[in-house]
Amino acid sequence: MDKNLLAASAATLAMALTVASCGNASDPKLSQTGQNPDLPKVNETLVPAMKISPPAGWNGETPTVPQGFTVSAFATDLKIPRQMLVLPNGDVLVAEGRGGHAPPVRPKDVIAGFIKKQGNTKISGGDRITLLRDADNDGVPELRAVLVDNLDAPYGLAYVEGYLYVAEQGALTRFAFQPGQTGIATPPERVTALPSRVNHHWTKSLAVSADGAKFYVGIGSNSNIGERGMALEEERAVVWEIDRATGARRTIATGIRNPTALAIEPTTGLLWSVVNERDELGPQLVPDYLTQVRDGAFYGWPYSYWGQNVDPRVRPQKPDMVAKAVKPDYALGSHVAALGLDFARSGGFGGPYADGAFIGMHGSWNRQDPSGYKVAWVPFSGGRPAGQPIDFATGFLKDGEARGRPVGVAFDPTKRILLVADDLSNTVWRIAPSR
Amino acid sequence: MTIDERSGGVVRPLHRILLAFPISLFTFALFTDIAYLKTAEIQWTNFSAWLITGALVFGGIAGVFSIIDYVVRARRGRSRLSLIHLVALALAWVLGLVNAFKHSQDAWSSVGAFGLILSLLCTLLVMIAGWIAYSARETI
Repeated sequence: MDKNLLAASAATLAMALTVASCGNASDPKLSQTGQNPDLPKVNETLVPAMKISPPAGWNGETPTVPQGFTVSAFATDLKIPRQMLVLPNGDVLVAEGRGGHAPPVRPKDVIAGFIKKQGNTKISGGDRITLLRDADNDGVPELRAVLVDNLDAPYGLAYVEGYLYVAEQGALTRFAFQPGQTGIATPPERVTALPSRVNHHWTKSLAVSADGAKFYVGIGSNSNIGERGMALEEERAVVWEIDRATGARRTIATGIRNPTALAIEPTTGLLWSVVNERDELGPQLVPDYLTQVRDGAFYGWPYSYWGQNVDPRVRPQKPDMVAKAVKPDYALGSHVAALGLDFARSGGFGGPYADGAFIGMHGSWNRQDPSGYKVAWVPFSGGRPAGQPIDFATGFLKDGEARGRPVGVAFDPTKRILLVADDLSNTVWRIAPSR
Repeated sequence: MTIDERSGGVVRPLHRILLAFPISLFTFALFTDIAYLKTAEIQWTNFSAWLITGALVFGGIAGVFSIIDYVVRARRGRSRLSLIHLVALALAWVLGLVNAFKHSQDAWSSVGAFGLILSLLCTLLVMIAGWIAYSARETI
């Protein structure tokens, strides 16, 4: 009798642990990129899939680029490089830092935070902007200087008419600045405060309209799907438009979970964004996306994803909001963590890389088969995506270890180079056509 | 000789005090789960997550005492109630662990029907374990 009881409880324990840990594997047959991604059923697991690719050095190797291109380290030993800006004179600015001050509210936050940290650099963020000058375009900057220091997690950068605009994690700030300057001594001016309470998704992406009259700022959600309470989500998961002359702002897009990079499509002048979608619905949900940011559009977060697919975790549900949700334009794959976006301009690299967008993918944690960890190319035609994405720079993941994690990408049409910020190896990579 | 005879009365009160934690924490997690399901106010499920975690920590330590007690009694051939107590506590702990993972899911998924049932079972089992422990005439 005693033995039976013991055996029964052991069996219960074993069963409970099995139930706890299993989850569906990815189905390679599903197409998760392009205009119409295949969306599997929701597959929540008790233990979320967490596959952290442990960091490893490049050891003299470099990313893999297509035939006809060369790649080299443009700058190393940075302090968490994120987004970059190529100035009119060809100087390159690199925003470095790490933000966010979300307190752990559940035991999960403590544990998951510790695990995710294993996949990131151990260096602390620079909270600065570094200037790199390679006037002769030989791939080796003649000059490297800290342009401005003591910022608050700078991310988005823009230059318009005598001012450098920096989207810090809590404010859009500007500095009087002329290209050619290698240092800034004047104090910053605040253009407008940005939502920064908790800052679960802290990155503030920035773009300027084609005519220079408007700024666009991407503000990420304060949670995965509202699990910190919807009160914290006011003016989160939105894109703001800020008038450069008056500073007046208006929310042009909502429900856009984490718009991590904004860019203007050069042939149409329209605003596009890469957006990071929600986690913990399975390895193939939900695809991150590239979309035109339409004025007035609601992109579903948190109530639904990819149009009208309801997220079962959100209560109270809002069928009226779900009905309004706009489908994004183009899926990039689930959990790829798209953080970089820049369009080819002035003919790009020519050939297949003439018209389209480069996309930096930081790489996944929430699936057993890692995704992302590369720079992809999405071909465009007539101002719209046309065709499947192509790998442009790979090799960031090797033998299950992460050597680098791409963030911002910047195409310089004058020098005909693509720069890729890598916030794991703290490098800026330069990709150029072979001579 | 029972444990507390050997230990001069320290083990027995310590065991009971430790046991009081999972009894009250699992019970309160049941209440906060119900509050969350009634209101969809996130803070209630946050409370549940910490209450369950606390129940697991203290319940785990109490369980070690219960195991030792069972082993000592088994040698003396008078272990029936002690075993039922141990099994009830162990089941509560294992189901509580599953429930802790359940409560690590986001928003509504952190409780749901499954989380509520687990909280209910944990509460019942830990009550049984507690009832035996506290009502035992001789030391468990």
